[in-house]
Amino acid sequence: MSVQSYTETSAASDYWRGFRLGVPVMVASAPFGVLFGALAVQNGLSVWEVVFMSATIYAGASQMVGIDLFGQTIAPWVIVLSIVAVNFRHVLYSAAVGRRIGHWTSWQRLVGFFFLVDPQYAEAERQGEQGGTIGFSWYMGMATPIYVMWVVDSWVGASFSRLLPDTHALGIDFLLPIYFLGLVMGFRKRPLWLPIVLASSAASILAYLYVGSPWHVSIGAAAGVALAAMMPPTQEAIADYQDPPAEDAGEEV
Amino acid sequence: MSTTFWIIVAGAVFTYLTRAGGHLVLSRFEHVHPRVEAGLNAVPAAVLTTLVAPAVLTAGPAEILALVAAALIALRGGMMSLFLGGTAVLIVGRHFFG
Repeated sequence: MSVQSYTETSAASDYWRGFRLGVPVMVASAPFGVLFGALAVQNGLSVWEVVFMSATIYAGASQMVGIDLFGQTIAPWVIVLSIVAVNFRHVLYSAAVGRRIGHWTSWQRLVGFFFLVDPQYAEAERQGEQGGTIGFSWYMGMATPIYVMWVVDSWVGASFSRLLPDTHALGIDFLLPIYFLGLVMGFRKRPLWLPIVLASSAASILAYLYVGSPWHVSIGAAAGVALAAMMPPTQEAIADYQDPPAEDAGEEV
Repeated sequence: MSTTFWIIVAGAVFTYLTRAGGHLVLSRFEHVHPRVEAGLNAVPAAVLTTLVAPAVLTAGPAEILALVAAALIALRGGMMSLFLGGTAVLIVGRHFFG
């Protein structure tokens, strides 16, 4: 009895500890949620579709990519492919976080992975590197404010989009390139960032001019990825491959 | 249901698969080949670049100035300041250049 009430209290306090970590992320992502909703409606989505998209995909950058392409006449599978391409980084998050949640039940893992957005991953990694265990309550506590407000923000943006005055003067139509540039700049600490960006820029511009939209997305992305894969791996990466770090060893699904 | 609805559903399913699948697939391998990892690491920057670069082609002076300002702010500030700064330059630029 006392043991049970102890675990309940600790789960509840873990939840609120996670919740507090989620609040700043919720605040920082709010403008982008509202912007997403507003731009999505400008690009022809209904308010219901906007809310549905935020609630099910729950990945800001890829949602922006999706609505950017909805505005043009593009084959549906290309839009889906572009959304997935932007979200492909989650494969790495999933592999990294997956190592640390072996103690969760299968259901907890199935639910938890849905909420694995960038800041959620970053905090989980930090928690794990500091030697703490990642509790399901803590994890869901952090996810709650981020997820709920993301959906609410996009609904707010979608609902009030029509109230916007002169969208050209406000630059609404050019906010997505600025936003995407910001995301690109956010990756600049990664290895080979500049060569990748230059290769993808050149290839996408050439494809845009000579093949046509939407192929510039896949052709440009393939050029950057191919360049990164062809460059000689760093000594560190080779060493990790030949002699993996201890915590990776003996991994089981 | 509309095409848009099904695009969203497919986008959601595949996004979920990237989040759950990395653990299921990559954990079967002892370790990921460095070239595969380098390629995976390059994916987000490569994809997102293709959404900026062609926009530069059709951009006028106000748009170019906004992108340059955003890139410069990014060297010091975070996403929010970059976005607000770039947008401010864009609005002012369009006021003058039309």
